[in-house]
Amino acid sequence: MEPQLSWYLALSAILFTIGVTGVIIKRNIIAMFMCIELMLNAVNLTFVAFASFFQDVTGQLFVFIVMTVAAAEAAVGLGIIIAIFRNRETLDVDEASILKL
Amino acid sequence: MENNLLSLIIFAPLAGAVINWFVGRRLRDERFIGVVACGSVAVSAIVAFYLAFMSGGALRSETPVLDHIWTWLQVGTLHADFGLAMDRLSGTYALFITFVGFLIHLFAVGYMHGEEGFYRFFAFLNLFMFSMLTLVLGDNFVLMFVGWEGVGLCSYLLIGYYFDKKEAGDAAKKAFITNRIGDWGFVLGIMLTFFVTGSVSFFANPGAGEAAHTALSFFKNTPVEPFTAGAIVAGGATSIAVLLFIGAAGKSAQIPLYVWLPDAMAGPTPVSALIHAATMVTAGVYMIVRCSEIFVHAPTAMFIVAVIGAATALFAATIGLAQNDIKKVLAYSTISQLGYMFLACGMGAFIAAIFHVITHAFFKALLFLGSGSVIHGIQNEQDMRRMGGLRKYMPITWITMIAGWLAISGFPLFAGFFSKDEILWKTWSAPAFSMPSTGFSKFLWFIAALTAFLTAVYMTRMMVMTFWGGERFRETDESKHQEPDHHHGPVTPHESPWLMTVPLIVLAVLSTIGGFIGVPYAMSSVFTHQDVNVLEHTLEPVVASIPVATHGEPAAAAPAEGAHERAFVPAEEVAHLTHSPEEISAERWLALVSVLIGLAGIGIGWVIFQKRPLMQMPRILENKYYVDEIYDATLINPIESGSREGLWKIFDIGVLDGILHGLGDAVTELGRLARYLQAGFVRAYAAIILVGALILIGLFAWMGYPNP
Repeated sequence: MEPQLSWYLALSAILFTIGVTGVIIKRNIIAMFMCIELMLNAVNLTFVAFASFFQDVTGQLFVFIVMTVAAAEAAVGLGIIIAIFRNRETLDVDEASILKL
Repeated sequence: MENNLLSLIIFAPLAGAVINWFVGRRLRDERFIGVVACGSVAVSAIVAFYLAFMSGGALRSETPVLDHIWTWLQVGTLHADFGLAMDRLSGTYALFITFVGFLIHLFAVGYMHGEEGFYRFFAFLNLFMFSMLTLVLGDNFVLMFVGWEGVGLCSYLLIGYYFDKKEAGDAAKKAFITNRIGDWGFVLGIMLTFFVTGSVSFFANPGAGEAAHTALSFFKNTPVEPFTAGAIVAGGATSIAVLLFIGAAGKSAQIPLYVWLPDAMAGPTPVSALIHAATMVTAGVYMIVRCSEIFVHAPTAMFIVAVIGAATALFAATIGLAQNDIKKVLAYSTISQLGYMFLACGMGAFIAAIFHVITHAFFKALLFLGSGSVIHGIQNEQDMRRMGGLRKYMPITWITMIAGWLAISGFPLFAGFFSKDEILWKTWSAPAFSMPSTGFSKFLWFIAALTAFLTAVYMTRMMVMTFWGGERFRETDESKHQEPDHHHGPVTPHESPWLMTVPLIVLAVLSTIGGFIGVPYAMSSVFTHQDVNVLEHTLEPVVASIPVATHGEPAAAAPAEGAHERAFVPAEEVAHLTHSPEEISAERWLALVSVLIGLAGIGIGWVIFQKRPLMQMPRILENKYYVDEIYDATLINPIESGSREGLWKIFDIGVLDGILHGLGDAVTELGRLARYLQAGFVRAYAAIILVGALILIGLFAWMGYPNP
C-alpha cells in the first residue's frame, strides 16, 4: 500500500503532541530541550510531506532553515543550561523561577 | 502737544524705587536712601509744575500734553498705548500728588528714622508714587488700570510693612481682597466700555490710527439714558457707570467696601497720610470725574453715586465720633470726606468734588502727619485716652494741627470751608436730573450738613483729647505693661525734628489758604466783581456738565469758548451771566448756614469734651455698628467654612485626590493581577502558549479559514 499524505501528517501530529506534552510535564531542562527538538522535527516532517505531495521544493527549503535555527538554538540553549547548572547544581526548571541567577 | 518730559514724572519715582531696593538695601544709609526717595519725587514735582504752567502747558491750554512711550496693545480694534496725557484734570491731580507726596516723603524720613526696613519702606513709597502717577496720567483705561492695580499692590505692601505683626498682615490682606471686589467691577466696566464704544482711550490721538472717537467722546452724541432701574442692566452708559463706580467704591472706601480703610491704619503713619488720605483713596473720584462724560448720560448711576456717597459720609462720621485711636478717627473721617466727594459727583458737581479732593489732600495729610508727630513724640502711643495736654510739649504740631482741624471743620476762610460749602451748595441747588425730585436733593443736603456738624464735633473731640486737658500719658496701664519696660518708662513728650515739622508747617499754610483757588463767585463778589474761581475755570473745559441749564445758561455754551481766558481776564458781564442774583443770595445764605453748623459743631464739641474728655461714647458707635462682625458672620465665615468643608474636604480631598489616588490604585491592582503571568515557572509559560495556540486553532476550526 502506497504511503498516504495523511499518514505523515498523523505521525507529525503525534510527534508534535508528544513534544508539547513533554515540555509541559517534564521538569528536567534537558528533557524539555529534547521535546522542543521533537516538535521542530515534527514540523519538519510536515514540510517535507507537503513538499513531496505538491511537488514543490519550497517546503524542503524551509526544513533547512528550521534545522539551521534549531542548531543555533541548541548551541545557545545548551549554553544557558550549563550556566544554570553551574549556579544551582540542578536541572530542575521549577528551581529557576526567580528570573535571575 | 508731545513732550517727552512727561514720562520723567512717572519714571523718576520708579528709578528711586529701583535704586533704593537694590543699592539702598546694601548701603543701609538713611541719608542716601532719604535723598534718593525725596529727590526722585522732587524731580517729579518740578517737572509736573513745569509742564502744567509753562506756556502752552497742561493747565494753560485746551489740548493735553501727550507722551507716547510705546505701543503696548494692538489687537484687532483694541488699541492701548503705554502713553501719558496731562490735561487740566490729570495735571491738577499730578500737581498735588507730587507736591503733597514730596512733603510726606520728607516727613517719613524723620518718622521712620532707625527703622529696620528703612530702604524697603522708601522703595515701596516711591513705587507707589510711580503707580499713582501712572493711574492719573495714563491716557487710556487699560493703562489707568495698571496704575490702579499698582497702587493697590503698594498699599498692600505698605499696610503690611510691619509684617511681623499679625494685625498688619491681616489688614493688608483685607485691603487687597476688598479692593479686588471693586477691581472686578472696574474691569467689567472697561470691557463694557470697549464693547460699546470700540475704544479705551481718553484722548483722541489721530496719529496713532485709533478710532475716530474716544471711549469718552463717544457718549457726547448719545442720548441721556432714562432714569430707571432697568437702565442699570441695559448695557449702555448706565451699566458702564455703575460698574466703574463699583471700582471706585472699592478704591475709595465707600459703603459697602469701606471696611479695609480703618484697618489699613496698621501701616506706618506716613503711609496713612499719603495713600489712605491724600492720594490713592481719591483715585475713585478721579476716575469718576475722568469719566464724567459717561456719568452725565447715566442719571441712575449718578443717583446711586450720590446716595452711596451721602450714606457713607454720615455713617463714617458717626463711627468717627466714638473711636479712641487717633488714627482710626482720622480714617473714618477720611471715609466720610470721600463720601462727600462722591455725593458731589452724583450731583453733577464734578469740579466741587475735585476741589474737595485737593483741599482734603492738604488738610488730611496734615492731620495724619500731625497725628504721626504726636505718636512719634509719645513713643508710639495711639490711644487718645492716654494723651492729653500735649500742646505744651509739641507747640508746632499743635498749631499746625489746629489749622487742619479748622479746615476740616469748615471754619470760614480755611481750605475745607470753601470746598465743603461748594459741595453743600451744589447739593442743595442740584437740578432734578439725577434725583427723583429736587426735594430729594434737599434731603441729601440735610445729610451732608449733619455730617459737617458731626465732623466738627469729632475733630474737636480728637483735638481736645490730644492737646488739651490733663496729661494722661504718664499713667501706666497695668494690663499693658506688666513687666518693667525700659522703653515705656516715664514718657516725656518731645517735639519732632525739623524734617517732620517743616512738612507740617507747609501743609498747615496750604490748609489755611488753599481754599482760595476755588472761591465761588457768590462769596468773592462781596469784594470784587471779578470771578476769581480759578479752579472752576481751569477744570470746566475737561469736565462734562449735566445736560441742563445749571446757571441760567445753556450748557452748550459752557465749555467751548475760552473758559481759560476767563480765568485770567474775567469779564464782569460773564460773571453776571452765569450767576443770577437770586442764586447768589441763596448761596450766601446757605454758606452762612454751613458756617453756623461748623461753628456749632466746634462749640458743642469744645464744651462737652473739655469737661469730659474721656466720655463714654455709645457702644454701637465704638464698635463701628458691628459691621466687621456682620461681614464675618454673613460673608467671611460662610465662605471660609464652605471652602474648608466643601471645597477642601469634599472636592479637593474627595474628588481631586480621589481621582489621582484611584488612578494609582487601579494601576497597582492591575500590576498585582499581571504578576501571576510572570511567576517564573517555565512550564507554566509553555502551558499558556499551548492554550493560546489551541484557542487560535479552535477559532480557525470553528469559523473556517478566512478567504483572502
